[in-house]
Amino acid sequence: MSVVVVATSASEWTALRVVDSLALVATATDRFLECAPVMLRDAVTGLLPDPWRWIANGLFAIVAIFAVFGLLFAFLTLAERKILGRVQNRPGPNRAPTPTFPFAKFLGKIRTYGLAQPFADGVKALTKEDIVPDGADKVLHFLAPVALLAFATLTLVVIPFGRNLVALQLDAAVLYFFAAGAATELAVFMAGWASRNKYSLLAAMRALAQLISYELPLLLSWVPVVMIAGSLSTVAIVEAQAGWKFGFIPHWHVLTPWGFAGFVIFMVAALAESNRSPFDLPEAESELIAGHLTEYSGFKYAFFFMAEYFGMCALSGMAVTLFLGGWRAPLPFLEFIPSYAWFGAKLLALILGFMWIRATFPRLRIDQLTRFSWKFLVPLALINLGNTVVWALMSGGSPALALARWPVCAAIIVVPFVWLGRAQSASYAPRTYRYAA
Amino acid sequence: MILPLVIIALLTIAVAAIAMTLRNLIHSALLLIGSWAGIAAFYFWAGAEFAAFAQVLVYVGAVSMVVLFAVLLTRRSRADLEVAPDAIGRGLGAMLAGGAVLGVLFGAVFATRLDVAPTAAPTASVRAIGQQLMGAHAASLLVVGVILTVALLGAVVIASTDREGGKEDAR
Amino acid sequence: MLGTGLIQGLAVTAKNLVGSFHDPERYTTVEYPEVKPKLPENYRNFPFLVSETAEDPMGTLRCVACQICEKECPPQCIYIVKSKDKKLDASGKAQLYPATFAIDTSVCMSCQICVEVCPFDAIKMDQEFEIATTDRFHGLLLNREQLAKPNSYYHQIHPTEAAAVDALLVAARKAAEEKAKAAAAAKAAAAAKADVARVSRPVNPAAANTNTGQETRATPATSAPQPPAAPSAEAPKPPPPAA
Repeated sequence: MSVVVVATSASEWTALRVVDSLALVATATDRFLECAPVMLRDAVTGLLPDPWRWIANGLFAIVAIFAVFGLLFAFLTLAERKILGRVQNRPGPNRAPTPTFPFAKFLGKIRTYGLAQPFADGVKALTKEDIVPDGADKVLHFLAPVALLAFATLTLVVIPFGRNLVALQLDAAVLYFFAAGAATELAVFMAGWASRNKYSLLAAMRALAQLISYELPLLLSWVPVVMIAGSLSTVAIVEAQAGWKFGFIPHWHVLTPWGFAGFVIFMVAALAESNRSPFDLPEAESELIAGHLTEYSGFKYAFFFMAEYFGMCALSGMAVTLFLGGWRAPLPFLEFIPSYAWFGAKLLALILGFMWIRATFPRLRIDQLTRFSWKFLVPLALINLGNTVVWALMSGGSPALALARWPVCAAIIVVPFVWLGRAQSASYAPRTYRYAA
Repeated sequence: MILPLVIIALLTIAVAAIAMTLRNLIHSALLLIGSWAGIAAFYFWAGAEFAAFAQVLVYVGAVSMVVLFAVLLTRRSRADLEVAPDAIGRGLGAMLAGGAVLGVLFGAVFATRLDVAPTAAPTASVRAIGQQLMGAHAASLLVVGVILTVALLGAVVIASTDREGGKEDAR
Repeated sequence: MLGTGLIQGLAVTAKNLVGSFHDPERYTTVEYPEVKPKLPENYRNFPFLVSETAEDPMGTLRCVACQICEKECPPQCIYIVKSKDKKLDASGKAQLYPATFAIDTSVCMSCQICVEVCPFDAIKMDQEFEIATTDRFHGLLLNREQLAKPNSYYHQIHPTEAAAVDALLVAARKAAEEKAKAAAAAKAAAAAKADVARVSRPVNPAAANTNTGQETRATPATSAPQPPAAPSAEAPKPPPPAA
């Protein structure tokens, strides 16, 4: 996990600089497991002279992010295939053996129940021929996967993975997150255009249409959170969700009417933004020859997949931060478990949800996809924005008003949902053909 | 503190200059996006985080797509690309338009008082920006919103004019 | 309401996900190279030769090299060379045997006609499907030694069919035995009668002659199509069905 300690006050923050704050570690919490990552960081970088330490801290955070999420990517691919297999009543990959080492022949091949599969896949991707089409724009063709992975990794930087575990604390962290996420569209376009393949180009255009369509509900769905929390900083948003009502109901945003609606809209848009099924039209490997990835092979292809999983992790992490209370424990007596474990558990739960959805739903057509965004998600997100205003206005008054805001706000979001949903369901009626019988 | 500014400025200007000279329109567009990112970096250097990320979100994320779509949709044939700027009138017009923009920009730059001695960086938090936008500058915000809405509606009208006949795929 | 169908779908996949861990009805995958799949009884692909015992497959082949299958085979994939000598078969009768019996499985089209025309139940369809080889000429041309498999194996792969075949064989042998017994008895009776006639009243020898002539002609006619059955007056019972 990334380990750069929170600056004393966010307003003092001026530029891209990592603050070294050994003193803060002690004040945060005194449990060993809680501050173990920071202590590890300090043990490594404490050897350096002071002027170099902030660079070393930054490097440590980068290495930690790459190590954790690289491994997570490797095993998520395996978990995804295992889960898809189990959903389809088959075992999934389970026979990648360990290689036989010449110096330890007696061990033979050890069955790992598929745990070696990611490494076998990695070796395969590395040893495959890297094909670049003849007429392709060589530079852009190479740059596209690199840029995509870079942007996807950049988004991971501002997510607080635990108490004091955020690589870069920014005043406008949420905006930074979505700015970096929006730049992935550029990489998709580069991939499609540089391949010099009309199918790739068309697929890239289609992918862009999808990404731009779902950018809007994605952005609109987190604005209520910023309104309520009063800050664009991820750390402050997690702070805003601290505490428990009646001692056991956490103050998570997802447990309010507007928060729940925002969470659902966010997750649906996140599915589309990270090209996950049922919105995986940009790739659609089974029917659209993998879209803008058509002309990619070998490790560049693996890069695209890595970027997809990084993006999925980043969006899930952002959803956890914005709606699910970040690294906070759900119940007071469970706080002895380290904060990063809670964050990891929530992150994995969301990612498993992504996989479950992938295993269940068929792929949408492009017109259904864009209609769903523009005619359903965007209006609903706008209504939710107004809903949040109502909620915020009603919370200031008497206790009766504070109680009344629950049914009022629930009605404000549920009624349009049913109404818009009916219109949507009508538009998904069985297709009628004019010329066919 | 001045060195990063020089590097950012040089990179931005270099990228913009290369974008102008390239024959490949897509490459030019991508480099143009690079120069926008450079401007965002400048904002960031100046401590205006919010403006920097808004610049990236709007320009690198959205406007770039408009530019790229426009490039791809308007290029009908290879011959369109090779219009030589041989006409004197064309050249003069370009010079005049460029000169006018330059004049306005320089006028704005010279009209601004620049403190020679660096003072403390103004701390404009997001909350302050929001309150300014909703309070003092609410009218201009509304005007900008109206202009953008009109532009959006115009785009929809232009795009939907030749869709009279083909309605069988409406659902 | 929008979304109810989605939740139903999610419930279905969740049931599958959980059920695959404890419900063998759902989780039907067989881990193939370690665990062989249970083939349906009527699955068959290529012919094999039935021998009576597993110990001496070459000595107890049911095949008598009559070459009917060779002639009937549509793609002509069977090649038989008759033996010069005769060998005692399972029932103790001297029979020809195939000196060479080869099936080219690369040509065989698994039509089962050889099985249907065989009068001796000597060729049956196998269930062996792991027939890939690295040598596409000699590896796919199966000779007599490779083709011969004991009757117990036949019982293993097609239990119902094998039991029916065995029952038929036993019945045929029993019938032949009784017939032979009856014929012997009739012969003895006729001989005795002839003796008596010759002794008592030597009037109509033609009648006795025609009778015996019919008997002698009838025996080869019935026995010819079923050599293992007909001559098996003293034949041992076919081996019991394998477990």
